[in-house]
Amino acid sequence: MARIMMKGNEAIAEGAIHAGCRFYFGYPITPQNDVPEYLARELPKVGGTFIQAESEVASINMVLGAAAGGARVMTSSSGPGVSLMQEGISYLAGSELPGVIAYVSRVGPGLGGIAPTQGDYKQVTTGGGHGDYYTIALAPASVEEMFSLTIKAFELADKYRNPAVVLADAILGQMKEPVEIGPRPEVKEYLAEEKRSWALYGNKGRESQLIKSLYLADGEMEDFNWRLDAKYKKMKEQDTYHEEFQTDDAEFLIVAFGSASRMAQSAIDLAREEGYRVGLLRPITIYPYPEKAVAELSKRIPKVLVVEMNTGQMVKDVKVSADRDAEVFLYARPGGGLPTPDDILEQIKKYY
Amino acid sequence: MSEAVNNSGEQKRIYGKPVSVKDNNFHFCAGCNHGHAHKLIGEAIDEFGIQDRTIGVAGVGCGVFLYNYLDIDVLEAPHGRACAEATGLNRVHPDKIIFTYQGDGDLAAIGMSETVHTANRGENITVIFINNIVYGMTGGQMAPTTLLGQKTTTTPYGREFGNDGYPIKMSEMLATLEGAAYVARVACNTPKNYLKAKKCVKKAFEMQINKMGFSFVEILSACPTNWGMNTQQAYRHIDEQMIPYFPLGVFKERTTADYL
Repeated sequence: MARIMMKGNEAIAEGAIHAGCRFYFGYPITPQNDVPEYLARELPKVGGTFIQAESEVASINMVLGAAAGGARVMTSSSGPGVSLMQEGISYLAGSELPGVIAYVSRVGPGLGGIAPTQGDYKQVTTGGGHGDYYTIALAPASVEEMFSLTIKAFELADKYRNPAVVLADAILGQMKEPVEIGPRPEVKEYLAEEKRSWALYGNKGRESQLIKSLYLADGEMEDFNWRLDAKYKKMKEQDTYHEEFQTDDAEFLIVAFGSASRMAQSAIDLAREEGYRVGLLRPITIYPYPEKAVAELSKRIPKVLVVEMNTGQMVKDVKVSADRDAEVFLYARPGGGLPTPDDILEQIKKYY
Repeated sequence: MSEAVNNSGEQKRIYGKPVSVKDNNFHFCAGCNHGHAHKLIGEAIDEFGIQDRTIGVAGVGCGVFLYNYLDIDVLEAPHGRACAEATGLNRVHPDKIIFTYQGDGDLAAIGMSETVHTANRGENITVIFINNIVYGMTGGQMAPTTLLGQKTTTTPYGREFGNDGYPIKMSEMLATLEGAAYVARVACNTPKNYLKAKKCVKKAFEMQINKMGFSFVEILSACPTNWGMNTQQAYRHIDEQMIPYFPLGVFKERTTADYL
């Protein structure tokens, strides 16, 4: 193991290589360009393929094709680019194919800007494209997690044969932190044909196979939607993750994910110096959402402050999940506005 | 199935349904050339013995049910994106035979970008392009290849260039790209044209097997239902109206795999 100083975007790219991803298709957009640039340099060294596609639409469909062929495959993008990918992401879910989308947000709507934001929480956690589906969504809060959660995204995408999103922002993408990284593992047996029996390799030695999302017969689509629903319920039971920070003695709870959770941690340190017993709940999966953890903690700590870098998106999930006697407050900073620890401390004092 | 008797009196099969074409009845309308196109692909697959390593990518349109008729692995692509799916498959499985099957709306309207860039990358795949100058599955709307003056459900007064632009000649356009290795336009409206079409489809797959790059066959096809014609009228329409604007022929044939 080596301890390496790395940019968040590079950690995503290196995480993909460690996960056995050997195919990347993408299109440049700020603030995630380090991901394709890193992979353009590194993938050929491990026998992988990098293609700069003609658009995000083409990128995600190349991902779909490679996934249908049984590969671990990734693309990365930001705001407008991910909007263009939504059709393909819906098809991935509808075709039950794994694929990883690294999403380094920029402020929107429209061309917006390149400042950090959590304004894409809503898009990512509600499926994003057309139809009754969801994507697994992981929200790293450090460069270390940009690496480890990218690997996790590949594992979960495979486990459920469903697209998985790693949602970060420009802060996490551009900042450097130390990451513990071992040597790159060999591409493992999870890519073997017998383990990916659903993939397309040609019909040698078996019946012809089909990967599709079109169901026209009466009742077929309803059955299929219920099958997807069962999958999402299983995700919720088996793969919902969160982290707690100083909640044991807390009288006041902050819920924040990603970059906002780092700022909230600093604010909690300041608050505790002044005697305010504040704790943090940080969702690691934002889909499936850690509803149970929010419910249980808010029962014990009935004052909850949601801190997020948008006009208030995750707060809706917190309100739905929170204990009915809990009070839920919001401190929201959209459009690239960054809450300082002092700003958050002020909010803590206001609602404590 | 025909049988011939040789000199010694034994019967010998000289013609039959390709092995890689399933026994299912086609859902296509009477006079439609999709059935011929499927058979041309099946014959090429049989002749090269590549059935067990061929993966088809079906575009959205009347051709989406490719998997009901060809006994091969098939991936269904979103509308217009088949060339991107084929690119992903081809990069993962460079030794498999990958082809797309796309109509004119799919390939030349919504999927123009994917088509052009896949050709330009010289992606080693084969594209079978069914040009029947109309949107078939959605009920006869204007296609990018709809002829000037042609009445469709969205050009009720006839296609007029001032409003709708001109029919796109995909083969001529793609032939200008360095990445395109083989580009041909064929038709299935007469036995003579069908035999030429068979040669060209076979050639396109052969180019891919030899790793020459992007191969493309445009098949001028009849859509009697949406043209409001019977089969005879539709086949004559191909001769009289389509071929003069979309001339048949081989527009490009690279002879070596060397790039510029």
